Amino acid sequence: MSGEAPPLSPAVVPRLPRGVRFSRDEARGRFVLLAPERILEPDEIAVEILRRIDGEATLGEIVDQLARDFAAPREEVAADVEEFLRGLNEKGMIEL
Amino acid sequence: MNDIPAPIGMLAELTHRCPLSCPYCSNPVELDARQGELSTAEWLRVFDEAKALGVLQVHLSGGEPGLRRDLEEIVARCAEHGIYTNLITSGVQIDEARLARLGDAGLDHVQLSIQDVEIGPADEVAGMKGAHLRKMAFARHVREQGFPLTVNLVVHRGNIARLGRAIDLAAEMGAKRLEVAHVQYYGWAFVNRASLMPEWPQVEEALKVTAEAQARLKGRMVIDSVTPDYYARRPKACMGGWGSRALNVTPAGKVLPCHAAETIPGLEFWTVRDHSLADIWANAPAFNAFRGTDWIEEPCSSCEIKASCRGGCRCQALAIAGRAEAADPACEKSAYHEVLRDMAREDAVQRGHPYRYRTMKTPTRDPEPVG
Repeated sequence: MSGEAPPLSPAVVPRLPRGVRFSRDEARGRFVLLAPERILEPDEIAVEILRRIDGEATLGEIVDQLARDFAAPREEVAADVEEFLRGLNEKGMIEL
Repeated sequence: MNDIPAPIGMLAELTHRCPLSCPYCSNPVELDARQGELSTAEWLRVFDEAKALGVLQVHLSGGEPGLRRDLEEIVARCAEHGIYTNLITSGVQIDEARLARLGDAGLDHVQLSIQDVEIGPADEVAGMKGAHLRKMAFARHVREQGFPLTVNLVVHRGNIARLGRAIDLAAEMGAKRLEVAHVQYYGWAFVNRASLMPEWPQVEEALKVTAEAQARLKGRMVIDSVTPDYYARRPKACMGGWGSRALNVTPAGKVLPCHAAETIPGLEFWTVRDHSLADIWANAPAFNAFRGTDWIEEPCSSCEIKASCRGGCRCQALAIAGRAEAADPACEKSAYHEVLRDMAREDAVQRGHPYRYRTMKTPTRDPEPVG
């Protein structure tokens, strides 16, 4: 998957741009990603990634946390997080 | 009726007043007058009720929403509730300082309409001299103040040949998103079909230009293109399904399943002055008229895509097939599909019809004799 694009640096700080908000949808008991004319319903894994994006944590730190919290192999976590972030970045919903 | 899923989006038409008079305006031909508009307190209550109902996004529109002096208050109330606010504006009314105040109130996103890439035709369609340049200045303020910007361009015969350049203009304006909206023929646009309808080769070329730009601008600007119904083979699900995802509140407080629903005779609409939003969503006859798929007739009832298209647009079915229950004539399975195509072909070759501009007064055929 990451054969074409160079891998993201672990020092990158992913950010939600202005106009994109990750928030709790109380009425439906779920989390949503609110963006211009769009509402995404992130799955459980995406929620875990998004709740760690605070504008300060680096990609490396986020991956470390997830690998630790879910006792998962770091390389696999890194690949999943990177793919997810690239997808949102293409839609303009994450700044990298 | 408690198992009806709550709406996620609400279009709030704060006023029908507008400095522009575009002949394809999606507002109804009979516009609400200023005297009938909801008060500030009434609108604030509507947004409180929207939050309680589960609405996540509101689209503050009009007319021109900037003509409401209470726009900041409305944005602030939505922000307090965590509701995502999208301002849909002509850009000629809100100055730099007011935009900053809206930002302070918590405004999330701005959608700005443009009419064309060239000043002359842009101002002509808007019916306002200087409108285009004011929009360009407004777009700069939007970007300088850090808002994400969506540009909306309605595409019709008069500008379709310049679509490629208009897309480039939107990118230069710093838009993160562009809506290429081929005219939907309801309301004022239906009245102006003979001057707005493009010819088929122009539409084909426009679709090609759009696809090319989508690929070229990937990662820089997202382009959402609304297919022109009159040249489609399958209909679009109206509002994601009638009474299923969204609702629309008019300036006078009437609550509609879609902005054109009032064109359907016999539907009973309720207003926020008499009922709560939750009561209207669950129980207003207009919302239940076409909810779900039980009402669907042939050829739709046995069709494999009915769950996604939901029979298409009720207003278009009424306008072309004469019955709101009929299949949307945009679908090639509709008995009226050829009627729709013929209308489009005939309208596309019409010339010499001046625009009938949107005005607060209902257009009349001839002036009444005086004296």
